[in-house]
Amino acid sequence: MSDYEPLKFYVPEPTGRPGDEPDFTKLEIPEAGSARKPAIDCRPQEIKDLATTIIRVMNRDGEAVGPWAEDIDDGVLLDGLKAMIRTRAFDERMMTLQRQGKTSFYMKCTGEEAIAIAHKAAQTKGDMNFPTYRQQGLLLSTDYPMEDMINQILSNEKDPLKGRQLPILYSARSHDYFTVSGNLGTQFIHAVGWAMASAIKGDTKIASAWIGDGSTAENDFHSALVNASVYKPPVVFNIVNNQWAISSFRGIAGGDEATFAERAHGYDIPSLRVDGNDFLAVYAVSRWAIERARRGFGPVLIEWVTYRVAPHSTSDDPSKYRPKEESTAWPLGDPILRLKNHLIARGLWSEERHAQAESEYDEEVRVATKEAESHGVMGAGSSPKDMFEAVFEELPPHLREQRQKMGV
Amino acid sequence: MPQMSMIEAIRDAMDVKMAEDDNVVVFGEDVGYFGGVFRCTHGLQDKYGKNRVFDSPINESGIVGAAIGMAAYGLRPCVEIQFADYIYPAYDQIVSEAARLRYRSGEQFTAPITIRTPVGGGIFGGQTHSQSPESLFTHVAGVKSVIPSNPYDAKGLLIAAMEDPDPVIVFEPKRLYNGPFDGHHDRPASNWSKHPLGDVPEGHYTVEIGKASTFREGKAVTILTYGTMVYVAEAAVKETGIDAEIIDLRSLLPLDVDAIVESVKKTGRCMVLHEATQTSGFGAELAAQVQERCFYHLESPVVRVAGYDTPYPHAQEWDYFPGPARVGRELKAMMEAV
Repeated sequence: MSDYEPLKFYVPEPTGRPGDEPDFTKLEIPEAGSARKPAIDCRPQEIKDLATTIIRVMNRDGEAVGPWAEDIDDGVLLDGLKAMIRTRAFDERMMTLQRQGKTSFYMKCTGEEAIAIAHKAAQTKGDMNFPTYRQQGLLLSTDYPMEDMINQILSNEKDPLKGRQLPILYSARSHDYFTVSGNLGTQFIHAVGWAMASAIKGDTKIASAWIGDGSTAENDFHSALVNASVYKPPVVFNIVNNQWAISSFRGIAGGDEATFAERAHGYDIPSLRVDGNDFLAVYAVSRWAIERARRGFGPVLIEWVTYRVAPHSTSDDPSKYRPKEESTAWPLGDPILRLKNHLIARGLWSEERHAQAESEYDEEVRVATKEAESHGVMGAGSSPKDMFEAVFEELPPHLREQRQKMGV
Repeated sequence: MPQMSMIEAIRDAMDVKMAEDDNVVVFGEDVGYFGGVFRCTHGLQDKYGKNRVFDSPINESGIVGAAIGMAAYGLRPCVEIQFADYIYPAYDQIVSEAARLRYRSGEQFTAPITIRTPVGGGIFGGQTHSQSPESLFTHVAGVKSVIPSNPYDAKGLLIAAMEDPDPVIVFEPKRLYNGPFDGHHDRPASNWSKHPLGDVPEGHYTVEIGKASTFREGKAVTILTYGTMVYVAEAAVKETGIDAEIIDLRSLLPLDVDAIVESVKKTGRCMVLHEATQTSGFGAELAAQVQERCFYHLESPVVRVAGYDTPYPHAQEWDYFPGPARVGRELKAMMEAV
């Protein structure tokens, strides 16, 4: 007779499923302004506490408080708000486009707009982003042509990527935006290599790597961290923890107790955990991390705590796996609303200007969409000849033969 | 002209390119201070510094992934995967990322990286140190695969790979690192210095990727092969007296189809020979190409001689490895076929 009970293993469950009340009581939210701001050259061990708290700047009254609130230019905030409104308008229109059957696929970033847009605002031209698929704000907060993004989504004759990529997997080298892979997490280690190259050449550019909470389980996440730990290149690791990896909650993504930011500690990489729906906090922490990397103090990892309001993609139905009201119950609010209230409280913005901006961006997206549609939808106008180009720099004989057989 | 082993020729290729181009960096497991477990990078760190030649963590995906990022910046990384058997953790980075960056980015980003990796058996490496995974890569669009059989080609192909605008995998037959191989494991191996193919010019030269070479001219049958098996074929020809033409493919993708067709049309018979497992091996592609293009010139079916469809066994390595006797038997049978 054994002294032991039969063993069991543990499959984590979220706090709520469809039909349940949303429950975020497990999410400990500290007071805005309560997190300290460390010195730019601090040792990773000195800021372990910042991996378990949530750095917040805006309080419930929309005021910017605490050490991270200092020295943020009003223009950055106003531009950031506009870019967030523009991004949301873009997402809405592209979702409609997919529902109309004009494209096969789309992914919104609703509720997460502040992260990419504020981070981009903290970068300098030439700093390279290695994004995943929900950072459209990196492009939409710049002068990258919106119409080109839509052409890519439609895979039409003006698609910069010639119909070879799934919609939304953009590539925009001119705007420091690395080509997006559909294979998760692979870009994390690319960013490390790019940052090492910048250092090898004695440059001053930094790389920013992007990953979702679910993809932190991928090998390349760990490859990137171990390489960054060893070589200490100028790279900022961004983990966008939006609570859901398609239908899997963060407990499946990598355990339910330790924060994603804490993972950096084993690699001796400084890490911070931040309210990703607080534009001021995202900007301030991004600026700190980027400056630290650019000053030669090595990598930084940031966990952005946010919530994926929208479905994972147009092929997903979140009502099948999470409480219906969960997205509206997210206790850290909506990034656009919060920044809007902050700027109104400071007299820099108004309800009227907000409504006007929404209307202007709706119209801009509508016009750009119409123009893009004139070049074809759902692959129309693209050429089968393009299929054979750019596999290699020069067309090798076997591909030339295959193309000739196709008659193009 | 200097005499070099294949190891020395490979090292010389990296030396030449590092001296010419500041953007060339070399890294991988143990390649820096120690100079690589096969010593291919010996001395390069001393000469070019730790910023350009350095050790990496035991992390093949990280090695190739970092190389891709460096290439996106504008560098020219030449990385070593210590054994081809360990390339699988890097497989996704090679086939999904390096191979497709140019394609998927509308040519905004490219991955001109070189991946060197020792390949093949005959060294008592067993199932984790003797594999020949080349066909896993020739199936992938966007990456080139080459495999030299001698020091001259090794240096020329490696320099060509490092100058190529696309990712290239250089499979280095480790059985040939120190000398040619007569196909018999129980005979002493000769040294490259006693072999004309050990003559390696100093300085810069290239061997064109995508061009095969005729290792031995013959009229009776064509043997399509590469790497170590070139010498097994040569031994079989000597021992059987069959006047076979041996084509050393050198480059598997792109493949020199013209050279293959020309030879098979001349001889009317074709054997494909490699040490990788037979099923879905590169020999299947060669046999299909010959069937499609030379069918009416063939006097007997295309024959495949390859490793068996088992993992590479340690104790039975010399039964697994196609040797001259096996090749000879198959050659004789082919010649007897109507």
